[in-house]
Amino acid sequence: MIELQHLTKRFATKGGTVVALNDINLTIRDGDIYGIIGMSGAGKSTLVRCINMLERPDEGSVVVDGRQMEKLTAGELRAARRDITMIFQQFNLLMQRTCLRNIMFPMELAKVPKEKAEARARELLELVGLPDKAEAYPAQLSGGQKQRIAIARALATDPKVLLCDEATSALDPNTTHAILQLIQKINRELGITVVVITHQMSVVEEICNRVAILDEGTVVEEGEVQAIFSHPTSAAAKRLVYPAGAPKAESLPGHKLVRVAFNGTQTTDKPLVASLAIQCGALVSILAADTRIVNGQTLGSMLLALPDDENAARAIEYIKNYPGITYEEVNG
Amino acid sequence: MAELLASKEWATFLQVLPTIPFETWETIWSTAVATLLALVIGLPLGVCLVTGEQGGVRPLPRWVMSLLNALINLLRSVPFLILMIIVIPLSRLIVGTSIGTPASIVPLVIASFPFVSRLVETSIREVDAGVIEAAQSMGATPLQIITKVMIPESMPSLISNVTIATTTIMGYGAMAGIIGGGGLGKIAINYGYYRFNGVLEIFATVLLVILVQILQTVGTRLALRCDKRIQR
Ligand SMILES: Nc1ncnc2c1ncn2[C@@H]1O[C@H](COP(=O)(O)OP(=O)(O)OP(=O)(O)O)[C@@H](O)[C@H]1O
Ligand SMILES: [Mg+2]
Repeated sequence: MIELQHLTKRFATKGGTVVALNDINLTIRDGDIYGIIGMSGAGKSTLVRCINMLERPDEGSVVVDGRQMEKLTAGELRAARRDITMIFQQFNLLMQRTCLRNIMFPMELAKVPKEKAEARARELLELVGLPDKAEAYPAQLSGGQKQRIAIARALATDPKVLLCDEATSALDPNTTHAILQLIQKINRELGITVVVITHQMSVVEEICNRVAILDEGTVVEEGEVQAIFSHPTSAAAKRLVYPAGAPKAESLPGHKLVRVAFNGTQTTDKPLVASLAIQCGALVSILAADTRIVNGQTLGSMLLALPDDENAARAIEYIKNYPGITYEEVNG
Repeated sequence: MAELLASKEWATFLQVLPTIPFETWETIWSTAVATLLALVIGLPLGVCLVTGEQGGVRPLPRWVMSLLNALINLLRSVPFLILMIIVIPLSRLIVGTSIGTPASIVPLVIASFPFVSRLVETSIREVDAGVIEAAQSMGATPLQIITKVMIPESMPSLISNVTIATTTIMGYGAMAGIIGGGGLGKIAINYGYYRFNGVLEIFATVLLVILVQILQTVGTRLALRCDKRIQR
């Protein structure tokens, strides 16, 4: 378990003091894939770097499995860092070492015997799906492959926690998806707690179970991913959930306006809008929609206009009973 | 041509020619030894210039860093010709004599280690900060970061820079002919400059140029070959 208690970090710059983190309180439970999302400059990197003390907080404390990280001696901290490893946006592989030797690197630091380290590194290459790249150099790999090697390297010391700072931001959508799947697999199969830093909503949607929204150094919202995504309350959360602006309700004469939020709903075999038209006879129109389908689950929200006639009540009843949808009538 | 072959210059040239292999060897070994010693001092210093900074991998007290920088700048600003003369007592102390090739190595090393440390500094600075941070995040000690990250990752650049240092030291070494150092520089200066023997002056210079060319070519090849960032 990772607990951040009253974490504050300031940077002295020429233009004055920047408060990068302001009284952050978060609890990340074992086994979570915990998302920390925010716009550029929100303090995400600073936050994650405080967890392994790459950045020393000015106030507050970081407690990992009951140990106060900021109280550790240099030696204890180095040992603790083998349990809390990290992957980066720019991969940060050693360019002059082969992939195999990159993966062996943290074990070399920990003085693991060479044969043992090599055997473990080969196992990890297998795990990340690149067994044939042992002797390749990072420069010969694609971005996605580099990140796989970085993940293998991060797993070499059998960590309990994996910190991912924008680990997929330099990758294309397909590769991002594949890397996220790998991270999810690691979480499930190895039981490693994962902290995912990102500015991309889709990343949180795809793998996180909990999320904290960071804005100008403070946590403005925190909780289960689906709850936050279906009902963003803070301005920062709304900006992230509806990048193009929240669907605005404009009154439409003779219509009832309804906002439906999909919380990971199975809609592919039972399309909502089509069902409303066919089963309820409601000639529904979509005024705005910002939804996406991830793993067959629909997320996001839609603004619907229902003709205010005898079918409207039936349509609303249908929506209410549709599994996994939150419904809200809006007055334009 | 016939005139040249009949001249006294040519006679001296033929007379000196048999000593050329020996003097070439003097140039080569004195350059090699001086470069090696300059590296022994300059490499750790250059590393310290980077790691010792505030925010570096192993910060040193500010005054230590200031002193280090001032010393390096001071030594680098003294012209080699003058430095050679200043350190004559030191050469006598270390080598036991102030003339000859071994004695000339003392000023060579003193003149070149500051230069080498600056070159090493630039090479080490080229190492991606992200990679160093990654090593720190894996629990590397400062010494491990230096030996397993900074130096290996900057190896191609270090080799290029050591090549530059070697050619420069060879050039300085030629100047050491003035204070009695041996080698091709001695030939060029003693016969060419003091006794107006143009043939020997040009011959010795051409040999030096060839040596530098060979060195540079080998250095560049080596640097490229060991750089794994280049896909081949
Ligand atoms: N070493 C530093 N010195 C001074 N200011 C810093 C330093 N590191 C971060 N900051 C400032 O702290 C704030 C938060 O930075 P941080 O890198 O944590 O943001 P971020 O959320 O990771 O942004 P991005 O998405 O762009 O990576 C920014 O205003 C930044 O300018
Ligand atoms: Mg960042």
